[in-house]
This record gives sequence, structure tokens and C-alpha cells, in this order.
Amino acid sequence: MKKVLTGNFATAYGAKAARVNVIAAYPITPQTTIVEMLSEIVADGELDASFVKVESEHSALAACIGAQSAGSRTFTATSAQGLALMHELIHWAARARLPIVLANVNRAMGPGWSIWADATDSIAQRDTGWMQLYCENNQEVYDTILMSYKIGEHADILLPALVNLDAFFLSHTSQVVDLYDQKTIDQFLPPYNPKIKLDVNHPRSFGALTSPEHYYEFSYKIQNAQEKAKEIIRKVGKEFGEMFGREYDLTESYRCEDAEFILVNYGTLAGTVKDAVDRMREKGIAVGSLKIRYFRPFPSEEIQSVLKNVKAVGVIDRAISYGHEGPFFTEVRSNLYGSKASLYGFIAGLGGRDVSIMDIESMVDYMKKEQPSHLIWIGVKK
Amino acid sequence: MARKKRADQPIVIKGASDTPPMAASMGSMEWNKTASWRSIRPVILEEKCKRCMICWKFCPEPAIFPTDPPKIDYEYCKGCGICIVECPFDAIVSEKEGK
Amino acid sequence: MSSTTESKPKKIKLTIPEEEIMNPGHLACLGCGASLAMRYVLKGLGKKTILSIPACCWAVIDGPFPYSAAGVPVHHCAFETAAATACGVTHALDQSGQDDVTSVAWAGDGGTFDIGLQALSGAAERGENMIYIVYDNEAYMNTGIQRSSSTPHGAWTTTTPVKHYKKGLKKNIMEIMTAHGIPYCATANIGYPEDLIKKVKKAKETKGFRFLHIYAPCPTGWKHPPDVTIKISRLATETNVFPLFEVEDGIYKINKKIKNPKPVSEYLKIQGRFRHLTENVVQSIQKEVDQRWTRLQKMEQAFGEKTE
Repeated sequence: MKKVLTGNFATAYGAKAARVNVIAAYPITPQTTIVEMLSEIVADGELDASFVKVESEHSALAACIGAQSAGSRTFTATSAQGLALMHELIHWAARARLPIVLANVNRAMGPGWSIWADATDSIAQRDTGWMQLYCENNQEVYDTILMSYKIGEHADILLPALVNLDAFFLSHTSQVVDLYDQKTIDQFLPPYNPKIKLDVNHPRSFGALTSPEHYYEFSYKIQNAQEKAKEIIRKVGKEFGEMFGREYDLTESYRCEDAEFILVNYGTLAGTVKDAVDRMREKGIAVGSLKIRYFRPFPSEEIQSVLKNVKAVGVIDRAISYGHEGPFFTEVRSNLYGSKASLYGFIAGLGGRDVSIMDIESMVDYMKKEQPSHLIWIGVKK
Repeated sequence: MARKKRADQPIVIKGASDTPPMAASMGSMEWNKTASWRSIRPVILEEKCKRCMICWKFCPEPAIFPTDPPKIDYEYCKGCGICIVECPFDAIVSEKEGK
Repeated sequence: MSSTTESKPKKIKLTIPEEEIMNPGHLACLGCGASLAMRYVLKGLGKKTILSIPACCWAVIDGPFPYSAAGVPVHHCAFETAAATACGVTHALDQSGQDDVTSVAWAGDGGTFDIGLQALSGAAERGENMIYIVYDNEAYMNTGIQRSSSTPHGAWTTTTPVKHYKKGLKKNIMEIMTAHGIPYCATANIGYPEDLIKKVKKAKETKGFRFLHIYAPCPTGWKHPPDVTIKISRLATETNVFPLFEVEDGIYKINKKIKNPKPVSEYLKIQGRFRHLTENVVQSIQKEVDQRWTRLQKMEQAFGEKTE
């Protein structure tokens, strides 16, 4: 059934379709309508779940961790400051191997207070062990939430997923979203059934003091799970395609096969870049787009295979690691070590600044004319 | 007296292949015989003992069996001396450990 | 310890449940009040209990990975999240139909009075169906005896050294919890195990958010010999420093009315953490204890059970 939904409503419908048992969330602009819609859905009995109206984001993730450990499928959502407040527990959820799904509305960190699109908040969670991905449109948000539970709950993975959607560009923008038949969804995503959980019939402790004798191996296991996740993501993405008609992968290439210039991008920018690619192709410029869906696990194989023989690669980051460069640029470049491609690191759209098709054309223009540079500010008013 | 068989040895873990994915416990602390913590040991004088069970009641480990008379579990008794102080009949005395 | 014992002759009577759920072999200090508190609470709650334990002494007492001494499922959680984690567990139990299992947050005074206060207040206000138990040893003992807002006036801790001993009063957590309008909150003392276990059982049978404040001396942090832990516990109540009372649906009930309360100096002098106090300060402390006791009595007069 097709509905016109904002990204936030698509998120709420995704959680509903995934039949989550426990939701614990705290409102923050621009995530609030996720929380409000879910409150209504639960109150109307459309979803049989407990919605805990916790008193902070930190408690939200703590409640999800408690509930997930006791065997419930849980969901939460937040943004920027809220995600930052959760940070301690973001580490916790991954290390405890709890496949929680968190929808994060990518928003700039203050001060000054900004409620607009920026990826700094989610990138700061990069090293915690969560799977992390960026959505281009509302359909992808809905689909991704469903897939993230299936992938995360896989016995060899057991990792939480951070599903990112841009503030306002997706969260509050209405698009057509195809909502699937619940029976088919239930076939795709069976109930959560963890092998190890809080159980009075098998009393154990979880997360006790772990000496250097054992801690190292737990970290090793998390890394192994992330690496295995690449295989499961591809598998589930294919299965999703077969059951629902939309196939997904770790990355998405658009007109890259014969491209001279490829723009690597993520989030809503992916849509704008594809339009820009089409326009530039009409002008005869051999441009392609490589959209990175999954930042963690990092799609090293895809990036190498698509970008290895290209003349120039421009990475568009909606974040910057102060003191160095754009975080996606750093990782793509290190992944392309040894390649002959010229690499350009573009910073654009911080704090919700609009990135237009013309801005993207100017990036390709830069790549044609200028020497490679790791830090090129697009649209900044000096 | 019948006593449940207790774990005597710590759990040996080879590495990543024989632990759960997360830090979930695999056994109890029973193998850890805290007897080695003692510097004094309580000794119950059976003739003076009135079987009030106050010693059993206040043992933090617990390391006293509620039998007739109560019996100190010297595998775990840490020698805190609470039972000695709390006994209303001075029926528990303190002896230096390892004498 | 399992309870396979010889049959007891008639004269042996146990005033608290016999079954031991917690195993010995754990890492508590000699004479640890927190260890006894857990032993009693588990006797009162039984095996169908899930504990959420934040950073505190019990996070270590239970034993390192891969062991556990508690005998019930233990969910170690981040320092300030005891109440939030336990409330998450409650909802999971509710969703899976396990209404005979009790979710319990088991935290020290640090994780309750200070860093955990927000989550505690939030869970209490929402009326989460769980029990929150604080075992109070009046400082951050696990990290090495630093002051908390539960540290009493006059006490030495490593962050309130003798020249700067703690001047402020102990935070009145029972008044804070009563103000949340929860169905049941009570103080309990390991020196009175029968009363403690009775309250635990009462809490278990009540629905909604229940709170227990358990007094648990710490020989290491209070600087007293380990064998007087119970003696000090009793003195705390006998001097009205730690009165035993319950507030059930807003009705106050003092459980033990001490006819001739002992002077607080008797309580203070056997603890090394108070050794530096002058006579003046001891008198101030006596005044404060008397004031709090009077206030509590007045609350019982105003809000106690009215017998016609």
C-alpha cells in the first residue's frame, strides 16, 4: 500500500512493521514526530508494545538495553545532542551484542543550536561497533529498519544498527512510501529469539568485570561479526529484493561503469548527486555516483572495485573531523591506497546548508581543473 | 552431612572460540575458596551453643550451616568475626588461623 | 550453600528463610554490610528475580567474568542507569508474559542519590512496575571511599579529608521518594533481618514502583573492625540515626519506636571515620538527628494510619 509519508513517519511505520516489543525514546527536534507517531500507534493498539516515556536519551538507550537483554526486540530514535548523550551506552549496546535499532535524524551539534542536517552526530559513533548506514529517501528508511533487525539478529552478527536520515530533508519531507503487507513482513522477519538472555531458569551475569585475560577476545569477536555482516547485508538485501521488489547492497553505483569522475556520497545528497550526474552526462561529462549506504561495516571491496580505474574521485562529506579532513574522505582514500586516481575531499552542507546541483557541478569542475586536495570547502562564505 | 557438590576448579577458557559473544557468565564463584582470606578463625563451642542460629543469620558469605549444632564452613569463612561478637552465649571463640 | 542438611530437632527455629540463593566465594570484604543485605534480599525475593546492578561494590562482589555469585540473573549496567535498565527489563518481562518474575534495580548510594537520581526519579514518576533497592554504605566505596550525597555530616572520606570533613547533611532520599507518590517505600537495616525480609516480601507483593533504602555498614570505608558491623547497624537505629519506617500509599508507619534512644556519640565513637570530630560537632549532629526524628514523628502523626 502506497502512502505519502515524511521520513519520521516512515521510521515509525518501519518500527511498527518490525513488531518491536519495547520502545523507549525521548523527544528531540527533528525526531519528535517519530516519537509522537509511535505513541499514537501504540495507544491505538495497532502495535502491541510497551512505549517507555523515559526522562532522557541516556535512559532511553539504557531501557532498550535492559529490555533487549531480557529478550525483547527494541527500538529507539534520537538526534544530535541526544545521540551524543547516549554515547556511553552506544558502546555498551554493541559490546553487549544487542541488536537494537536506533533511527538517528542527522542533525548538527551545538553550540550554536542547530536543528538542521549534518552527519557529525552519527560519525562520532563510528568506532563503537554499531553497524551504521545512511538513507537517501523515505522508502529506504522504512526498508532499512526492517532489514536492520534481520541482519542484526543473525546469530553470527548480534550487533545494533544506527539508521541515519537527514534532518528536515527526510525527516519532515513527504515522499511516497510503499508499505508492505504485514504477512510478508512477518515471513521475512520472524520474532526475536536470542539464545542467551536474562532468564531466571538459566541465571547468568552479563557484562561483569573482564580482565585483560578475556577482554581482547570480545573485541576480536565484535570485529569478526562486523566483517561477517558484509556477507549477511548482501544476502538480506537480495532476499528483500526478492520478497518486496527492492534490492539493497552496501553501496549503490550509478552510471559508474564508464565514468572518468566519480562522486562518493551519502545521505540525501545521494539523490541530488544522481540528478547532477544526469545533467552533466547530458553535457558529455563522464560522471558517476557511488552512494555509500553502510559506513560500518566499511564496504572496502565495493569501493575498490568501483573506483580503482577511475581518473578522479571526489568524496562529499557532510561532516568534518576538525584538525584533519572529512571522515568519509579519509576512509575512502585509505581504502584506495596504491590507486592512481586523483582524490578530492569536499566538505559541503554543514549545519543544514543546502547543497544544490550547481554546487555538485562545481565540484566536478574543480576536479577537472585543479590539483587533488584533501580539503575543499564548498559554499563557505569566507 | 549431605552437601551439594561444589565447583572446585576455575573455568579454563582457551580463547574466542569457547566464550559466548558477550561477557555472559559461565559458572558460579564457588570454586573461589575464600578460606585463604582468614587471619583468625571462629570456633563454635558445642557445649555452650544454645542453637539460637544467630551466627548463621548474620554471616555475610554465608559460611555457616544451620545444623544442630551450627557448623562453620571453613572452605569459605573469611574470619570477619561477626558471629563471635553476635553470639549471645559467648559460644564462639576466636583462634589464630594456621596455629 | 544449598540447604541439604540433616533434619533439625524441634528446638532449632530459623527466623528468616533457610534457602541460600547467593553462593559464598564472592569478593566482598570481611564483614561487608552490602553482602549481608543481598543475602537477605534474595531470601525475601526468591529465585524469580532479575537484578540490574550498576557500577558499585556489588558489580565487583559478584565476581569477574566468567563467574557470578548471586544465583539469579544479573544485568550489569552503566553507573547512572540502574533504574532505567531495570525498567527496560520490567517491560520485556511484561511483554513476554512473565509476571511472576520481579525486576530489581540493586544499586549503591552513589548510583542512587547522585548520578542515578535522574533515572530513579523518572522511573518512579512513571510508576514502573519494579523494585529499586539501594544498599547504603554512605560513600562511593567501590572506587575507594569518596563522598556521596549520602555521606553523613562529619564523616571522613578521601574527598572530604579530616580538614574538610563533610559539612552538609545526608540527602533524605526517603522524602524524595515519598514525594513521588509511589505505593511503597521503606527503610531497612541489616541489623534487623526479620524486618528487612518482611519488607522485601511486602515490596514483592505490591505492584508499581517500590523503593527500599537498606543501611549497610562498610568496615573498610567507615574504619571499624569487621566484627562490629551488626553492632553498628543496630546502634544506627537505636540512636535514631537510621529509623525504621515505611510509607505505604502515603501513610507513614514507624516500625521501631526506640523508648530511650542512645546518644549519637555512642554510634560515632566506634567508627574511625568520625574520630576527628570535636564535642561541638557531635552536639550539632545530635541536634540534626533529633530534628529529623521529630520531623519523621510529625509526618507519622499527620499522615499515619488513623485508628478511630
